[in-house]
Amino acid sequence: MTTLIHIDKQNWDRGIEASRKQYHIAGPVKDKEFHVFRRLENGELPDMTYKSTRLSPKSLLFPQSEIMFAYTLDETAENAGMMQDVKADDFPCAVIGIRPYDAKAIQIMKLNFDAAEYQDPYWIHAFVRSTFIGLAINEPESVDFSTSCGTGPFEETGLDALMVDCMDHYLIKILTDKGRAWMHAAGFTTAARETAPQTLESMKAEAESKIASKVSFDNIREMSVLDLYQAGFWEDAAFGCINCGACTYACPTCWCFDIQDEKYGVRGIRMRNWDSCMTPLFTLHASGHNPRSTGLGRTRQRFMHKLKYFPDKYNQGIMCVGCGRCIVQCPANIDIRKICDRMNRYEARKGDCQCQ
Amino acid sequence: MTDATHKIQEISRRILENGKVDKIIGYQKGSMPMMNTPCVIRNPANVGQLVWDSHCRLNLAKYLGNTKERVGIIAKGCDSRNIVMHILENRIQREQMVIIGVPCNGMADKWKLSALVDGEVVAVTEANGNITVTSVSDEKAIPRAQALQENCVLCKHRNPVIYDELTAELVEEPQNMDRHESIRKIESMTPDERWRFFDDMLSSCTRCHACRNACPLCYCPTCFVDESRPQWVGKGMDPVDIRSYHFLRAFHCAGRCTDCGACEAACPMHIPVRLLTRKLEKDCFDRFKWSAGLSLDQRPAMDTYTPNDPNDFFK
Repeated sequence: MTTLIHIDKQNWDRGIEASRKQYHIAGPVKDKEFHVFRRLENGELPDMTYKSTRLSPKSLLFPQSEIMFAYTLDETAENAGMMQDVKADDFPCAVIGIRPYDAKAIQIMKLNFDAAEYQDPYWIHAFVRSTFIGLAINEPESVDFSTSCGTGPFEETGLDALMVDCMDHYLIKILTDKGRAWMHAAGFTTAARETAPQTLESMKAEAESKIASKVSFDNIREMSVLDLYQAGFWEDAAFGCINCGACTYACPTCWCFDIQDEKYGVRGIRMRNWDSCMTPLFTLHASGHNPRSTGLGRTRQRFMHKLKYFPDKYNQGIMCVGCGRCIVQCPANIDIRKICDRMNRYEARKGDCQCQ
Repeated sequence: MTDATHKIQEISRRILENGKVDKIIGYQKGSMPMMNTPCVIRNPANVGQLVWDSHCRLNLAKYLGNTKERVGIIAKGCDSRNIVMHILENRIQREQMVIIGVPCNGMADKWKLSALVDGEVVAVTEANGNITVTSVSDEKAIPRAQALQENCVLCKHRNPVIYDELTAELVEEPQNMDRHESIRKIESMTPDERWRFFDDMLSSCTRCHACRNACPLCYCPTCFVDESRPQWVGKGMDPVDIRSYHFLRAFHCAGRCTDCGACEAACPMHIPVRLLTRKLEKDCFDRFKWSAGLSLDQRPAMDTYTPNDPNDFFK
């Protein structure tokens, strides 16, 4: 059912505006020094020249801080002391310019938030009302290792349409009915030229060939969890890590959250906030026992979750899309590619203590 | 290899081999331009991993922990001042450490260097007093002195204040420098202006706490923001909680901060968090003539009392 559409860039802004009758628009926009990915106000346009955003678009479906319930303790109120649902936004949202690796990350999150055994109403509500209009990456950054992670600069997984920047125009590959509906709402209906499929293929091949950064994690699946957990290299690998949350917050696949109640006078809310395995509060037991009481244990948790526990549980590759945000933003230059490599090479030296 | 790298490796090998220390805390080369990673070396055969260049921004005193081992630690001026603070605060014994002092000419500001060129930085090299930044499509050179982090430009203690070994001759310390121009500018704002200034400054904070975690002073077993029984600070993104975190953290660093700049270098959002700590540092100097970490023989301003204390309520 794929269709290729042609959009002259001079018509782009008008189309975005036209689609606002039926959609909220979310997209990349520069805020101070960096690009962020967020809901755009009326009149605000997505910056389609952006490279990457500091934080990923995951916050559109999974806000850093999200109110789940509200309550009042005012005894004269009818619902005193009862948790009330917070009305969610029902308006459709077009997520414009999301990068293919970030769309893939949302599919990874879906395994957690939209699973057979548990359906997260907040995430699913936001997911269902979203239309993902992706933007292919013509010039991958040096830290981009997405082709090693089951995605890539032109990957279509998780997208409703894929846009490709061709200098004076965009080529759009419509992938789903949702994608088609947004194009209609925006008035983008001009069929692309006959040569467009070849153009796309060659641009895709060129972009993929520019990705020099590769990781391999094939051996990790075969290793025993305990061997890897107890491996001697962790002391060395985790030493530089300061256990801040920069990597987990920047990560498009980190999905852990923590639920908190806050009260202001007689009113209160129950909210969930992004959690981070880097913090000493992460999975701290009510008894006071902390299963990961050291920085090393917490650093190890992050990499074991992404590269071992997740692949073992879901059998769908690693919990990483190779966007490189954590590598760029880490104050101590902890590089997931290097850690992955150490884990992957570990079995050959099984039994050796690699402590220096 | 820089001369400092060569010397650090030579000293480290010697003190590991002759058993003076159990481990060396230093830097190894990072995977990205302008980045190095703090590392620990226990085997003399591995000292070749140690490096020293213009990108050793974090403060290695942070990595001392509360170890009982004997440690060799590489220390530029600010690191050594924080080592003094650790000794004064009874975190570690002077005798446990062999301090390898590095007279410092400042660390390069990765943001300044990145901003020089169009596109992603792929390489940064240094020769003859210039730093050259290369991106995919661009290349620019800048005199090293113009590429420094602000805290290094304002630094008056480039030489280590305590050391057992030195990697080079001591460097000249700048005299009569005005360190607080930007702080006075904020002090002169009206309360409303100041409120808006800090609101805007902190608006991009994600509460990753990299500034705290990079800080050599932040070693509380449970930080007040992590305290949950009872909870002191909200855990969401309420600006009140974000402010509380930054302001209280700065106050907790009063009289202890050496303006090493690790907090600012660590912030992934490039927030000038030193504006907060430097105000307290300025106040400590103005009120008590106290600069942190310069001497093992004097108690810090905030944990001592003298009869001529300028505060009335002490009298």
